This record gives sequence, C-alpha cells and structure tokens, in this order.
Amino acid sequence: MKDLFTIALVWSTIRLATPLVLAALGGLFSERSGIINIALEGKMLAGAFTAAAVTYAADAKLGLGPASPWLGLLAGMGAGLLIAIIYAVVCIRYKADQVVSGTAINILMLGVPGFLSGAFFLSSGSTPQIPKEQLIPTTPIMIALALVPITWYVLYRTPFGLRLRSVGENPEAADAAGVSVARMRYAGVLLAGVLAGIGGAYLSIGQSSLFTRNMTSGRGFIALAALIFGKWRPVQTMLACLLFGFTEAISIQMQGVVKFGGEDIPVQFIQMVPYLLTIIVLAGFIGSSRPPRSLGIPYEKEK
Amino acid sequence: MNLLRQLLFPMIAVAAAFLVGGIMVLIVGDSPFEAYRLLLGSALSWPDGIGYTLFYATPLIFTGLAVLVALRCGLLNIGAEGQLYTAAFATAWVGIKLAAFPSLLLVLLCCLTAIVVGGLWGAIPGVLKARFGSHEVINTIMLNFVAVALVSYFTQYYYKIPGDPILQTVPVSGGAHIARLGKFIPGLPERIPLNLAFIMALLACGFVYLFLWRTKWGYEIRATGANPTAAEYGGISVRKQIILAMAVSGALAGMVGINEVLGYRYRYYDGFSANYGFTGIAVALLGRNHPAGVLLSAILFGMLIRGGIFVDAFTNNVTKDLVDVLQGMVILFVAAEALFRGPFGRFGLLKRSKV
Repeated sequence: MKDLFTIALVWSTIRLATPLVLAALGGLFSERSGIINIALEGKMLAGAFTAAAVTYAADAKLGLGPASPWLGLLAGMGAGLLIAIIYAVVCIRYKADQVVSGTAINILMLGVPGFLSGAFFLSSGSTPQIPKEQLIPTTPIMIALALVPITWYVLYRTPFGLRLRSVGENPEAADAAGVSVARMRYAGVLLAGVLAGIGGAYLSIGQSSLFTRNMTSGRGFIALAALIFGKWRPVQTMLACLLFGFTEAISIQMQGVVKFGGEDIPVQFIQMVPYLLTIIVLAGFIGSSRPPRSLGIPYEKEK
Repeated sequence: MNLLRQLLFPMIAVAAAFLVGGIMVLIVGDSPFEAYRLLLGSALSWPDGIGYTLFYATPLIFTGLAVLVALRCGLLNIGAEGQLYTAAFATAWVGIKLAAFPSLLLVLLCCLTAIVVGGLWGAIPGVLKARFGSHEVINTIMLNFVAVALVSYFTQYYYKIPGDPILQTVPVSGGAHIARLGKFIPGLPERIPLNLAFIMALLACGFVYLFLWRTKWGYEIRATGANPTAAEYGGISVRKQIILAMAVSGALAGMVGINEVLGYRYRYYDGFSANYGFTGIAVALLGRNHPAGVLLSAILFGMLIRGGIFVDAFTNNVTKDLVDVLQGMVILFVAAEALFRGPFGRFGLLKRSKV
C-alpha cells in the first residue's frame, strides 16, 4: 500500500482529473441554471475531435507550427459551444425533454467525428497523429485549476451567479424579479459547452496526440457523477474529480490487480468506485446531495 | 385518421433526420441518393437484407419495449445497457454451468435467467427511487458502468478460455442453443443469425400491450406515469408501481441476452451491445410509446444498421457512422417535437421530475 502513493501517481491523478474538472464545472453552470447536462459526453467528444483535427490541419497543412494547438484548443471550445447552442435551443426554446435530447446529442457525437474523419482523413474514426511539439499537455491543467476559484467567485459573489442560481432554484421568482430565465439558462448551457469543449480538447491534444473513436469513454458521465458527488458546488466538485481521477490513475497504473493489505483487488472493482459512490450519495447515505430545485423542468412563462 | 396522425409525426422526424444526414453526405462529397439507395436496397433484399435487418431489430425491440414500459410510468430507463449486460452474462453462466440438463429445460432456464437477472438489475434503480427518491436517470447511468465492470470481471477471472485474447466466456452447452429461423423458413439460409428470439420479441410486443392496457398492474403503472399525485390519492402505491415498472423494464432489456447468447454467439462476448440500450430510447420515442410503434421503429433502425455496413463499403467517403448520426438526429427531432408544431403546439413529450 505504501508504494502506491508515488509522485507519478499524484501527477497522473491530476492529469486524469483535469478533463473531469473542466467538464464538471461546465455541467455545474448548466445544472445550476436548471438544465440537466447528460450531454457533457457528447460535448467533450466534439471538443476532442475538433481540437485534434484542427491542430493536425493547422500544423501539417497550413504550417502554423506552435500556433496550431492553440488554434485547436479554440476550435475545440467552438465545437463544444456549437453543440451547446443546439442543445440549448432544443431544451430552452423548444422545451424538449432535457435527458432525451442530451442522449440524442451523445449518440450524434458518437457518429459525427467518425463520419467526418472517415471523409477527411480516410480513416475509420481517428485523426492522424499530431507531432509531440504541437501538443499542450499543461495549459489545460492550469485552466482547470484556475477555474475552480473563478467558478466559486462567479457563482457566489457576482450578480450573474446569483441570477444563475435563482433561475435554477425558483424560476418564477427570478422571472418576477425581472431576470430573464431563458437568457440565464442559455448562458449556463453555453458555458458548459465551452468548458466541456476544453476538457475534450485536453484529451486529444494534451493527454494524447490524436482523436480516437469514443475517446472520452464515459468521462462526461463521470464528470456528471462528480458534480452530483460534489453536491453541485465548485470546490467539492473538484475534490470529487480528483477522487475519481485517482481511482482511474490506480486502475491504469496497476494494470490488473491492486494489492491492498495482502489481498488482490481486481481493477474492475476500483473502476466501479466513482459510480457506486454517486449512487450512495444520491440516495442520501453520506450527507444529502440536493439538486437545484427546478433542474430538468422547462420554464413556462406565465401569460 | 387518428392512426395517420400518430404516424405522421414520426415520419416527419425521420424525414428531417434523413435530410440532415443527406446534407452531411453531400458535404463529404458523395451522392445522398446513392447512399440512401445503398442503405435501403441492401437492407430490403431477400434473404440476406431482410434476415439481417430483423436480426438487428431483435435487441432493439426488447430495449425499445423496456424504455416504453418505464416511460409509461413516468421513468426514463437509460440503464437498459446495464440490464442487458448482466442478463446476458447470467444467461451464458447458466448455459455453461447446467450443461448436463436436457436441452428444452436448459433453454427454458436460460431464458428465465435472462428475464429475472435483467429484472433484478432494473429493479435496483426502482427501489432507490421509491425508497430514497434518488433519480432513476443518474442511477441507471451509474449502474450501466457498474454492470460493465462487474461482468467483465467475472468473464476475465472465471469463465474465459485461458490464453484467449478476446474477452469472452467459454461457449455455452449445445443444448442451450435456440433454433435459427432459417430452419423453418424456406429460402432463408441458416447462416443468417435471425433466431427464435425474434419471435419472442414479437410476443413481447403483444405481452407489453396486454400488460399495460389490459391488466390492473398496467393500469396502475400508466396512472402513476400520467399523474403520480392523483394515482396516490386514488389508492395506488406509487412506490410499488415504480419498482414494478423498472423490474418489468429491466426484464425486457434482459431478453436481449436470449438473442445474443442463445441465438447468435453461443457465449458471452464482452462489450457485445452496440448501444442497444440507448438506441432503445430512440425506438420507444419514435414508436410513440406504443408496442406496435416500437416494432416498426426497431425494424427501421435494424435497416439502418444493416444498410450502414454497405454504405460504408460502397461509397467513397461515407462511413457507417452515418447510422449513429441518423439515430441521434431522429431522437433530437422527436424530442424537439414542438419544432414541427409551431408556437401553439403542445410542448414536450413527457413530464419529467427533477434530477
């Protein structure tokens, strides 16, 4: 057990937690405004694919060199934003069921990257390799780290944050006080798209060096779990992401079984931890995790 | 007239999805007409096209029905994926362990296992919701991941052929196989894996219809879904209905295991489900939450899966990812029903509780 906690493991935990923190904080803005974000997975996939494709194209085709990954990161944010706009219009303007349309986005984003890379890179589902010099392995970690206090400040110390929380808790009252429920919810969902886009971009042009089919492999859902585990609060959510990043780091490092006090624990059981914890917390066994009161309910303005 | 109205909206949604898909095909430089001709032509040819289309439709009928039963109770079951994985593994387990049993008994036991295990796995989020009020959407998503990890653990450590690079169990006993339909239908070769599970899927459609609309339980489930408060005042135990609906939903999803293990691969193959659980949501919604609609839309999606393979092979740039794109677009358009109804239409498909 002692040699489990090495510097390498700590570093690996931070790296693995980074995309989770980015997506979860994005989800936090969206869910605090009252819009469920099952679609984080799809937004991350959009960000990951676009970032890798643009970075590759900027470097190999346009010869932009060191500027390429930044262009890629920006494009990844843009892709997350684009998906978020579709999601927001469907959920807010057309009052569609949020879980169902989120699922639709996730399925759509399982297909679109493969469809585009099949056409543009003539490969099934992945982008070409990006040279090591054109990757940004540390900046997104800094962004994620900085975003935690920023999110806290915005949420609890600015008028914007107050309004955002108020439309998630009691849209009728917020509306009566002159806050545009729709506008705040658009803001929440679009912020989620941008942040999840960065999270996805980090996967493809930070941690890895190309996009592969379904490379998020459920991280959008783990981010959602972390958000619930962190009780929809920024600092707790980050801690939850670190915990979930840690379980992932262990299961990668151990490649099979983990020795714990002389017992072998198969890696599958460690992989289950985040999900089981979320179920337990949601059931109220460890403190209660209370969602924003109007989460998931489309707002019908009174006539 | 009413039937026509019921059919009209799903057809508009499908047409809109095909339109967007067609534009995407055009963007990547292929002809949409050619792509769709390939898609439909290869899915409707006899016997291979139709055989495989119905084979691919089989798991989607089960998951579509699973989603439907939960939706009728006001619950969204995103956990069909986990339910069908646990059920399929348990089915294979029985097929391996009880190899000495006579064939008919073994098949019956295997089918029962699929139904019971899927039902139990589905009942967990039902109990969590009924007992603790925690939302079934989150819990079913989480349980999907738990199921995948659990089943992959058992497969890897206990039931794999040593040295097999593929994560799959040893084969089930020959007695646990169910017949392929080619055996009964002249002109349908037996190499096509369409099997008796398809007939069970058709029966399941009838069962779900009778269960929901002709039994007391079904009535209570629907009453709960329509208005839980009113149902509670009417003397219905909403908590009991939630658990019952989730268990029936899980049992239906679990029946995918019959098709996969007893009728197709004859073993548990890790990660076999091509998003059947999630596609089930599309199938149920497009099918207007009715068993007959589920059957039709499952066949449509079966056609897409079958045809997608040919589009992938015989166009220059279009890959079979087109199928995922079309499925995603269909759900999106069905969900955003109001898009086609104008500002005065009825908003939303379902009433949702909060997460």
